[in-house]
Amino acid sequence: MKLHPLRKLGFVLVLVLIAGPVLFPFVWMLASSFKTQVDIIAWPPRFLFSPILENYRKVFQEQNFLKYFINSSIVGVTAVAFSLLLGLPAAYSIARFKQKKLSVLILVARLMPGISFLMPWYIIFSRLKLMDSYAALILSHMLIALPIVVWIMSSYFETIPVEMEESAMVDGATRQRAFLSIILPVSSPGIVTAVTLSFIFSWNNFMFSQVLSMERTKTLPIAVYNFVSYAEVDWGAVMAAAVAIMAPAIILTMIFQKYVVKGLTMGAVKG
Amino acid sequence: MRKSGILERHLNVLFPLPAVAFVVVMMVFPVLYTLFLSFSNWNLTSGMPFALVGFRSYLRVLREPRFLDALGRTFSFTALALTAETLLGLGLALLLNRKFRGKGFMKLILLLPLVATPVAIGIVWNLFYDPTIGLANYVLSLFGLPRQAWVSGAATVIPSLALVDIWQWTPMITLIVLAGLAGLSPEPYESARVDGATGPQIFFRITLPMIAPTLLTAMILRAIDVLKTFDIIYAMTGGGPGYASETLNVMAFKYSFEYFRMGQSSVVLVFLFLLVLTLSALIMRLRRRFEL
Repeated sequence: MKLHPLRKLGFVLVLVLIAGPVLFPFVWMLASSFKTQVDIIAWPPRFLFSPILENYRKVFQEQNFLKYFINSSIVGVTAVAFSLLLGLPAAYSIARFKQKKLSVLILVARLMPGISFLMPWYIIFSRLKLMDSYAALILSHMLIALPIVVWIMSSYFETIPVEMEESAMVDGATRQRAFLSIILPVSSPGIVTAVTLSFIFSWNNFMFSQVLSMERTKTLPIAVYNFVSYAEVDWGAVMAAAVAIMAPAIILTMIFQKYVVKGLTMGAVKG
Repeated sequence: MRKSGILERHLNVLFPLPAVAFVVVMMVFPVLYTLFLSFSNWNLTSGMPFALVGFRSYLRVLREPRFLDALGRTFSFTALALTAETLLGLGLALLLNRKFRGKGFMKLILLLPLVATPVAIGIVWNLFYDPTIGLANYVLSLFGLPRQAWVSGAATVIPSLALVDIWQWTPMITLIVLAGLAGLSPEPYESARVDGATGPQIFFRITLPMIAPTLLTAMILRAIDVLKTFDIIYAMTGGGPGYASETLNVMAFKYSFEYFRMGQSSVVLVFLFLLVLTLSALIMRLRRRFEL
């Protein structure tokens, strides 16, 4: 069916009207990160300006953002890795043995407000002298990553026909062998989805690190937040910091777009 | 037939055991501990000895206007954001539910707010909302409208914060509904067209009933997340001006980590997770009902 040219133009206009407001804050953030403070506080706001790199220099040299980048990566990567280790067998078991109660437990873990564990954690980790340690942060971020891994992977394993491991088991392999060498390799799309999403949610988490980390293990969201609480906001540098923190999540999303969409929408649509 | 080993015979217990143990230690135990603390007077700054006081902390919190205000505000913030996100999200999905060039790119654009760091997003919006240099007031001035205080005004702070949530999470509803629409069978539409049904008739009689379970689940998931909104509120206003944007989550955070009134903060937390548990139970009902 061919659309009338006018209607086609109308549809393009609709697309622009949707994409514009969604993209604008990103564009403004990026533009402001290249502005001087004078350009930022100018009235009326300046849409044309001569770009500078000074803000990024400030963020990475004076504010030492590289350290927070490394902290966020250590916490995110380790939490996701351990979540896979615990989550993949659990997800397999939930899918194959129809363990409804366990899947409810995991769903509750995904939905519970983080702060309801944070206060007890704060008390316990203080007693154990684990405040400002990677261990405490990684454990807390695992509670973000593990439910995502189990949630996504148990639905994924359900789509794999049981015959796959049964034929291996007839040939003499144990079930755990079949899981490791047959089921896991064909599940890589699901694993990519789970890893990408759980890493992004760990990367973006603010509340846990705000309480459990201090100078040594501070993660990026806290560094960006502390940056603003100075007396006079250095907007250009703050925007550069915002760009820096969002860049990895956005790049990951661009690379794994299909997986991210699937992971985010499967909560409500049978995946 | 080979004999199965211990691991294999008990795989259904041993495989999920580490994950379950982790969730019990890190979630179930802390939640029970919070419940226990809610019956205490524990306060790290008062110097009073720890004592179990039954429901006294509950009575104190329930009588406090600050708590009741926060409760009401949590509901109005959630209602505002959720209504707008549902209507807008559904509308956008219906508009985009066709084949066109660049659809994948459009989906990528919609994904960006969902993966953006909320704290950083809050700060970017604070720059928009800045009363003297912000774009928001500039746009108003272009239309000859008076300047607003946005997040610095007690009357405007909740809608202004809700707008940020709406910007960030409407695409979630859109993407979920789009995925739901893609799975619909074309038959009812064909017969409707044969019968000469109009656009609104098709929407209300066919599309809406068929995607209702998907939409409803998406709405409850959103409702739970909006109820828990913390990052953007804390980063943009810290609950202010005054207490004007303090929701239950923000209030519990301040009671725990700024005033160290552990007993009372536990009471607030108990209310918060009762709310969340009720909504979660609703989701599970729906999933069973529609076999989602």
